[in-house]
Amino acid sequence: MNKIVNKEYFSANVVKLEVEAPLIARARKAGHFVIVRTGEKGERIPLTITSADVERGTITLVIQAVGKSTRKLCALEAGDYITDVVGPLGKATHIEKFGTVVCCGGGVGVAPLLPIVEAMKKAGNKVITVLAARTKELIILEEQMRQHSDEVIIMTDDGSYGRKGLVTNGVEEVINREKVDLCVTIGPAVMMKFVALLTKKYDLPTIASLNTIMVDGTGMCGACRVTVGGKTKFVCVDGPEFDAHQVDFDEMLMRLSSYKGIE
Amino acid sequence: MDNKEYLNAQRAEAWREALRKSKPNKDRIGIARVAMNELAPDYRITCNEEVNQGLNRKQALLEASRCLDCPEPLCTTGCPVGINIPKFIKNIERGEILEAARTLKETSALPAVCGRVCPQEKQCESKCFYLQKLKKEPVAIGYLERFAADYERESGQISVPEIPQRNGIKIAVVGSGPAGLSFAGDMIKKGYAVTVFEALHEIGGVLKYGIPEFRLPNSIVDVEIDNLRKMGVEFVTDCIIGKTLSYDDLHEMGFKGIFAASGAGLPRFMNIPGENLIGVMSSNEYLTRVNLMRAADPEADTPVLPGRKVAIIGGGNTAMDSVRTARRLGAERAIIVYRRSEEEMPARIEEVKHAKEEGIEFMTLHNPIEYIGDEKGHVTRMRLQKMTLGEPDASGRRSPVPIPGAIVEIDVDMVIVSVGVSPNPLIPNTFKGLTISPKGTIVVDESSMRSDLPDLYAGGDIVRGGATVILAMGDGRRAASAMDAQFHR
Repeated sequence: MNKIVNKEYFSANVVKLEVEAPLIARARKAGHFVIVRTGEKGERIPLTITSADVERGTITLVIQAVGKSTRKLCALEAGDYITDVVGPLGKATHIEKFGTVVCCGGGVGVAPLLPIVEAMKKAGNKVITVLAARTKELIILEEQMRQHSDEVIIMTDDGSYGRKGLVTNGVEEVINREKVDLCVTIGPAVMMKFVALLTKKYDLPTIASLNTIMVDGTGMCGACRVTVGGKTKFVCVDGPEFDAHQVDFDEMLMRLSSYKGIE
Repeated sequence: MDNKEYLNAQRAEAWREALRKSKPNKDRIGIARVAMNELAPDYRITCNEEVNQGLNRKQALLEASRCLDCPEPLCTTGCPVGINIPKFIKNIERGEILEAARTLKETSALPAVCGRVCPQEKQCESKCFYLQKLKKEPVAIGYLERFAADYERESGQISVPEIPQRNGIKIAVVGSGPAGLSFAGDMIKKGYAVTVFEALHEIGGVLKYGIPEFRLPNSIVDVEIDNLRKMGVEFVTDCIIGKTLSYDDLHEMGFKGIFAASGAGLPRFMNIPGENLIGVMSSNEYLTRVNLMRAADPEADTPVLPGRKVAIIGGGNTAMDSVRTARRLGAERAIIVYRRSEEEMPARIEEVKHAKEEGIEFMTLHNPIEYIGDEKGHVTRMRLQKMTLGEPDASGRRSPVPIPGAIVEIDVDMVIVSVGVSPNPLIPNTFKGLTISPKGTIVVDESSMRSDLPDLYAGGDIVRGGATVILAMGDGRRAASAMDAQFHR
């Protein structure tokens, strides 16, 4: 049982929970995720850790209410307990000084991008962050991103904030403007697919953090498998980050719809 | 006193002698082996109730009287945890069932579990005098074990083995499956302070996520775990050693010895086209959804696909568990697809028999070569290569050889791949200094179960790659005994 010590709304459907998990807070690195279960009949779902406070013994999760389990989680209030939080899982992000790194995120994918932006900056990279969402209200963590980025570009589908356009427009603009050494992308699978297609055109090495269906999250069930470079990989133990140019996003999108209509 | 002397001394007790004399051996031999009471197949496929209903007292006492209380009981050599089999059986014969249960607990942490899932036909019962010398059916040791354990539990008089004075030495166990529980039970009895760390949210490992309710009810497992708790074993769930806590963290916390029993990991797939289609999954995933996450319960949040035409690839116990689960969840066709013949199947004979009674189809000598899906990516058909048997392979079984051109297609809406697992990679990947085999298992000294890290012992699937509950428990016992000896050196 893990206590929620703080709750904040980013928008009607996106909340930030600060959760007591001292051991995870101490052990986690950028890129790690946790498995969370809400209620005795709850489902185990993976959530990437947004940040951690070792002194307070807490981790922060950003959740978008999209399905039954995420809705249940978002309905919890400060003082409530999450039934299970286990982690940190997956491999940490490979951080080093690459040069210039473009970090692009869409929707709640921006949340797990934050620790990577932070770590990349700390490692001496020039970090350009591209945040994208459908509309102004859905842009999250802009302030924190600005703290750790050399530049933040905001893209909205409807042009209500920043520039009108997709995340790929923002990334392409940077590529055309200056030399970029690495791209990191986190967001909806379809967004990452198009980022990968774009950066492949420019031969720009790109890392994508995948959020697939999982059950145990520790390398036991194989529900999270994806095809990377023609080989089956398990996101929970081999990932969650992979060379985006090698990921079969179409298969991943298909597998994400496995339980559509059943839930 | 070595084990043989101990067995002899126990056998020489007056009550045992009197019992032997109470009935001539020729009368004992004349009794037919008891048959297990089972639920009817047409009823049991509609529910999740335990198929085997156990023996009643009368049946058990009669079966126990078949045992000849041999001077050299070979059955005990077939038991990986070294249960004093004649002693517990003779206690049943004289009606001292609680004493029989106590005998089981001298060496086994989980008698009610072993009485249900052990392959006795390959172990204790295979060494029985009846089978070896008389060419008759062996004494039903497994059924009797289950009877004694169930009787004790249902009597409400569960005995907690005596625990000696605590010695204050902290021992960590990684994983709460059969190997870990068996080790924990032995170490707590030796006086150590034992903490078991479990990655999942429930204690029990494969006993909970893997073996279905109709073969091993969770409530039975919980009683055995509770018993360990009463003995003083501490359990920590949601804690992954190698992730949440490192090897160094365990040392900082004061643990002086570690037993790694982290079990099976990555499920194996066959790397054939279409294996990532929707509806194709590992038996680990399928069974975890249904058993651990209770996906068949409409109240549970975890979903499971409603398979109507389900093929299970493989011929082991896990394959049988999966196919019988699929049948219970409404599959009209539930098919075992196995590349060898029934004779080579690794599953227990009882499982195969139960499966057949439940209307499971067996497509032996067939091997999948491709899965075909619809436009949304759901599996709809599978292509099977027909096989024949050739020369024996490395496993000693005749190897399956494809018959050129003999390919058939069948309709399926769910495929469960049950062709084995690789060891869990978390400890091998994060503990430096271990020797890891090419298969990914932790290399240990076979007699002591000690790894190349002097304070780390290991057992169960993390060492064996894929074994049975009882072999894992045997590993736990050997490791406990060796670790204890190391502390006393």
